[in-house]
Amino acid sequence: MSTPSSFLTKSMIEQAIGAKSNPINTVIEKGAILRFAEAIGDTNPIYTDEVAARSSIHGGIIAPPTFLRSAGLVRPEIPFDLPFDRLLDAGSSWEYFSPIRAGDIITAVGTVTDISERSGRVGLMIFIITEISYTNQFQELVATQVNTLIRY
Amino acid sequence: MKCQETYWEDINEGFEIPSLTKEATTRQLVQYAGASGDFYEIHYDKDFAIDTGLSGVIIHGALKNAFLGTLMTDWAGPLGFLRKLSCQYRGMDYPNQSLTAKGTVTRKYQENGRFLVDCDILLENSSGEITTPGTATVELPCRNAAGQPG
Repeated sequence: MSTPSSFLTKSMIEQAIGAKSNPINTVIEKGAILRFAEAIGDTNPIYTDEVAARSSIHGGIIAPPTFLRSAGLVRPEIPFDLPFDRLLDAGSSWEYFSPIRAGDIITAVGTVTDISERSGRVGLMIFIITEISYTNQFQELVATQVNTLIRY
Repeated sequence: MKCQETYWEDINEGFEIPSLTKEATTRQLVQYAGASGDFYEIHYDKDFAIDTGLSGVIIHGALKNAFLGTLMTDWAGPLGFLRKLSCQYRGMDYPNQSLTAKGTVTRKYQENGRFLVDCDILLENSSGEITTPGTATVELPCRNAAGQPG
């Protein structure tokens, strides 16, 4: 297995930055919130118990903070071939403006904000930073996620 | 049950958030794959994971992110609201190993009528290595701020 010592050109970087995903719409179902809370092992009743959730500051069942990971795989297409098969998620940075509630319709759109390369133990790695906006049915921005993905 | 309430005036910089220990099983990784829709095989297919150069299946970064989310929301309580949550996956984590989520308050302040604290957070594996450092910002209720906006 050999990887090139350099891959990205200035022109590729210019083409990739600003690439947008198609919008992905997701109806937030109560059952999906319940299954997500179970999967992450979070027993907070605010995700599952309508009575307990009513007395919280949100006044009803909401989704866990990282639930939006289930709102589609938002990966803008890079406008050239990237000959790297393997992927690693390098991290996420979330900002929350409003809670996500059962019944909401969330539209996710991702935009590539940076692409760069670095050599590491596993050879050449391409770092793609995507900012994803999540907007609800009231056209209210409820959250953003800045995700770093490594292709290598 | 997570019924504790945390109030802004009771918290000071340097406060240590009650830690949380998790041990993900491969079953949980499959459950998370299903719930999140992330079916990348390195999280449940051992042969596939080894073929890509890993020593076995690894925990989804986003599941580790979720553990840090739980650390913060358990502490913030039903009247708090997590405003920011950020982490970097610096090291691989494997199923059936304990991971401890920890956090420390680094800054306490008011902004736009909100009572906020910033925290340094992390996940530490059983060898004491910090595989997942991060930061979080939580809005907390304040007893002496009746009618505060936002």
